[in-house]
Amino acid sequence: MILGIIAVYLAMVLFVGFASHRLFRGTGEDYFVASRSIGPFLLLMSLFGTNMTAFAILGASGEAYHAGIGVFALMASISALVIPSVFFFIGTRVWSLGKRHGFITQVQYFRQRWDSDAVGAVLFVVLIALLIPYLLIGVMAGGLTLSQITKGQVPEWTGGLLVCVVVMTYVCYGGLRGTAWVNAFQTMVFTILGGVAFWVIIGQLGGLETAIATVGASHPELLIRGENIKPLKLLTYTCIPLSVGMFPHMFMHWLTAQRAETFRVPLILYPLCIAAVWVPSVILGVVGHIDFPNLAGPAANSVLVRMIDLHAPEVLAGLLAAGVFAAVMSSLDSQVLSVGTMFTQDVVRHYGFHGRMSERQQVFWGRAFVALILTITYIIAQVSQRSIFQLGVWSFTGFASLFPIVVAALFWRRSTKYGALASIGTVVVLWTYFLTRGWQVRGYTVGGEGIMPVAVIILAAAASMIVVSLATSPPSPGVVDRFFPARK
Amino acid sequence: MTRKLIYALLPVLYLLHNDLWLWNDATLIAGLPVGLVYHIGFCFAASLTLYLLVTRAWPTHLEVLDADTPETEPS
Repeated sequence: MILGIIAVYLAMVLFVGFASHRLFRGTGEDYFVASRSIGPFLLLMSLFGTNMTAFAILGASGEAYHAGIGVFALMASISALVIPSVFFFIGTRVWSLGKRHGFITQVQYFRQRWDSDAVGAVLFVVLIALLIPYLLIGVMAGGLTLSQITKGQVPEWTGGLLVCVVVMTYVCYGGLRGTAWVNAFQTMVFTILGGVAFWVIIGQLGGLETAIATVGASHPELLIRGENIKPLKLLTYTCIPLSVGMFPHMFMHWLTAQRAETFRVPLILYPLCIAAVWVPSVILGVVGHIDFPNLAGPAANSVLVRMIDLHAPEVLAGLLAAGVFAAVMSSLDSQVLSVGTMFTQDVVRHYGFHGRMSERQQVFWGRAFVALILTITYIIAQVSQRSIFQLGVWSFTGFASLFPIVVAALFWRRSTKYGALASIGTVVVLWTYFLTRGWQVRGYTVGGEGIMPVAVIILAAAASMIVVSLATSPPSPGVVDRFFPARK
Repeated sequence: MTRKLIYALLPVLYLLHNDLWLWNDATLIAGLPVGLVYHIGFCFAASLTLYLLVTRAWPTHLEVLDADTPETEPS
């Protein structure tokens, strides 16, 4: 039964991906940024679906199981403010420059903004290195969840393989338009199924008020922040969602918008979408104590799967598996495509063809890289340790730490390539330092005081950008003027 | 002027996100802990702020029409 539902779901995903191909125009710009023709609804679904990983559905309930309702303030409500603000101030400007100058990747923009191949090359390496653990987590989470839901009927390696093969098929075939269409479908699926699971389970537990009151009687500390979350942590965790400003896959989706105005409706609805997915996840994690009182450590991440299994097996379990697949694939597809795009445009086209590359060649290389990257990711995922999941927050930390670079590029005419290189260098050094200190420690914070390492790295990266830019000679006005068009 | 006032809402919201006064408050509102209800309300406040940004402070100078074709090929 469960397997049947998953098979039907995956077939639907492939159908949507193939349907999008009817609009394919055969050019590189169409394959990589859908000819910049995406409307408001698809843009909202792509941005939101790409950002919501399986973590939001399973990981959030696991975190809430241990730390209580404060998880919502820590990870969700701050994103509701920060992420759309970043889209407003940065996304729209990136879109505008992309449309004006024909950019397809982040590296193209930064390379030309500071007129420096070195900035482009260094950034390319750093972005790819930070994205790899994120890809691995997606593939491993897909396999792990499917094996849990089917009680081992489907082994982990098969689940991961299924995810990879399906994503490879529609991304290779449909390019960004296929990815955006499938994302829209998958985002609706996991949002609706999350709501249904919540409604059914809470009903079985005697309604929301009864369930919360039951938990409150045995675990009052889960209904307040108390000692679970330090105030300084709440204050500095704000830096984590700044990562959307530097994610290659977010950059790619911004470029697909048809007009600047396309961003308007998605910006207003984004905070409400976050609440719609996270509130059920967090509440279910907290009330999970009623049925499963003693889950230790990472075992809590399976609390949602266990509750479904207890209260609503068979059909709902199959649907939940589909929902988790949807969350995993809707992030993995965009990430893989963005890496494929970067290899095609920033390496093969820039260095191999010196900018001259036919449309057919671009599409061919784009597809080849998507297939290759997914194959490599799948192989590494098979030999990786489970502890790689802890790298997730470090991947976010790295991208968020690069935030001063995009801010300087867009808003500070005086910033120089040496400032940019110094800023990237600072991030690499400090990120490595904190990683070696903190990666074995669950919930590591600076000095144990609740300060997130990301806050320290961002400050240092911004300082290096400012000091080194001011200490080096100003950029040539000809280069800068291209990127700061006079306001009409 | 309006634009700056709306921009100023963002740091205000950021400060309001740190609801220290509800940290240990176990009151239930409609069955939910007040610390959760407050942050659900925060999401709506964020949405409203974005609505104001989009309708009253939209960066119209960023619009690029299809007629303005790319001036250079990226390399």
